[in-house]
Amino acid sequence: MSSEHTAPQLLRGNAKRRRKERAVRIAFQAAALFSLVVSVAIVVALTGQAVGWLFDVDLPMLWGDGWFPRQDEFDILTLLLGTLLVAAVAMLVATPLGLGAALFLSEFATPRTRRILKPILEVLAGIPSVVLGYFALTVIQPDVVTTVFGGAGAFSFLSAGIGVGILTIPLIASVAEDAMYAVPNALREAAYGIGARRRTVALHVVLPAAVSGIVAALILGLSRAIGETMVVAIAAGATGGALRTINPFDGGQTMTGAISSLAIGSDQVQGSSLAFPALYFVGLCLFVITFALNVASERFVRRVRKAY
Amino acid sequence: MSVVASDAARGSVEAALRGRRVDLRGSVFKGLLVLTLLVALVVLVALVWTTWTTAQPVFAERGWDFVRSDVSALASRAGVWQGVVGSLILIAFVAVVALPLGVAAAIYLQEYARDTRLNRLLIANIRNLAGVPSVVFGILGLVVFAQALGFLTGPDVNGSYLSGGLTLAVLVMPIVILVSMEALRAVPTSIREAAYGVGATRWEVVRSHVLPYAAPGMFTGTILSLARAFGETAPLLLVGAVTGYINTPSGRSPLEILQGPYTALPTLVYSFSKQIGDDWRANAAAAIIVLLVVILVVNAVAILLRNRYERRW
Repeated sequence: MSSEHTAPQLLRGNAKRRRKERAVRIAFQAAALFSLVVSVAIVVALTGQAVGWLFDVDLPMLWGDGWFPRQDEFDILTLLLGTLLVAAVAMLVATPLGLGAALFLSEFATPRTRRILKPILEVLAGIPSVVLGYFALTVIQPDVVTTVFGGAGAFSFLSAGIGVGILTIPLIASVAEDAMYAVPNALREAAYGIGARRRTVALHVVLPAAVSGIVAALILGLSRAIGETMVVAIAAGATGGALRTINPFDGGQTMTGAISSLAIGSDQVQGSSLAFPALYFVGLCLFVITFALNVASERFVRRVRKAY
Repeated sequence: MSVVASDAARGSVEAALRGRRVDLRGSVFKGLLVLTLLVALVVLVALVWTTWTTAQPVFAERGWDFVRSDVSALASRAGVWQGVVGSLILIAFVAVVALPLGVAAAIYLQEYARDTRLNRLLIANIRNLAGVPSVVFGILGLVVFAQALGFLTGPDVNGSYLSGGLTLAVLVMPIVILVSMEALRAVPTSIREAAYGVGATRWEVVRSHVLPYAAPGMFTGTILSLARAFGETAPLLLVGAVTGYINTPSGRSPLEILQGPYTALPTLVYSFSKQIGDDWRANAAAAIIVLLVVILVVNAVAILLRNRYERRW
């Protein structure tokens, strides 16, 4: 090679090489921008259809004693309460189990026990939600809800909530464990140095230091629980309408459950043409709620990153 | 040597601090934490066990016939074959669409993008998309892929393989991007600098230095996200996965098949679960067993790949 080839400009290569470089870069950038297109499409599709629907309904229809789309009764509060009920049960199940698992894996487990126990969560995370829905319907409802809590009936918010909670455990555990893992060892060593025990270190050093990440994990878990569809569609039991209720032993309708039952057409067979498009409005509400929760949890995660 | 010495020292210090008392409350606390993981294990075992015992008669009576039969209104003749085929076609479609797009976007964001406001927005947006409930993606698929792009995806506004596959692809893409970015981030900068040092362009650095090292991590992550797409049901309900009988005449061109009606394995699990009667319940359980076997195989492959190629720097 002659010496002129080592000049810095020539290192950039010939025109063909640079053209190729530009083309590749533009292709990659386009792929990255596509994700923005998807978000915009979601927002436009949801708001466009939902606003159209809102113009068509009479506003008093949005307030009633239940969600009966076939009879033009679209009481959003019914769905909201159902969703909150399921999410609350789910969080009651998933918070202690998820955080406990995270604390054990991060502070107490030796590398060997970790290798053995961590896959439990990974396998659990891989179970599809329809399967949990079936499990909630055929096992949790008759064997747990009915025998332990004395509920009656084939469906309930409680069994759906427990099912959703089981699905949420791995998510909460993994995000919380990351946060605990990020706590610098110096803090632990300082505590051990003045004679603290493991439990003291875990509860009084690691937990407070990781609290933003743990809050982020819980918010993400809540968002996941609110958006979970199949467990609710199978185990909460309302295909079609439902009365407003806050009794966890009742069956009923949630936002995601309403969307899915409108979609599979159990509500549009007869009845007004207003029923099916209602799912866009419910979908928009769902999107807004989960979006707000996701943004909030991202805030907390960023706080962890800043601190350490 | 010194490690052994310091270990011994720590042991004796710990013993002295403990003062020979057994830390009972500490042990109870640790036991409670182990219990949380055991509860998860018990749930898993109970789930698999009850499903298997419910499904067992179906497999004992019909064996492969259940897997190979089409959907039917009769519980004793219904099978999951159309669902298995449908799910495999959907997943192949998702892989073809979402993997290249997702990996390309990840390469851009991790290797090319500077820390500008637009790029920060892109990353935040992708994280948010990964958290959007899957039903919402279903609505997107219904409005955009099934209705607006109906001339492309098939005449039936309720949905087709194409609209279902595109919906799942869009759903999986953010996850593919995030895991691929993670895999790229794990490749040390020194590898890149070595390549730049001999005059490689950015694309050459990525292609021949970064990607080979990041590939195992990317494969594992993307395989896991495909497994997730395989079990995804809610969005398919909106883009028209058929829950009842589905007619699949032979002699159609590949495009006609892709534009035609479809069903998927998890959708069949859902529709079987919704039917009344013990024989349908057994069918639902048997369909779940088939679904879990496929997903476990896929996950096992991903974990094996990870263990085999995992690299510590």
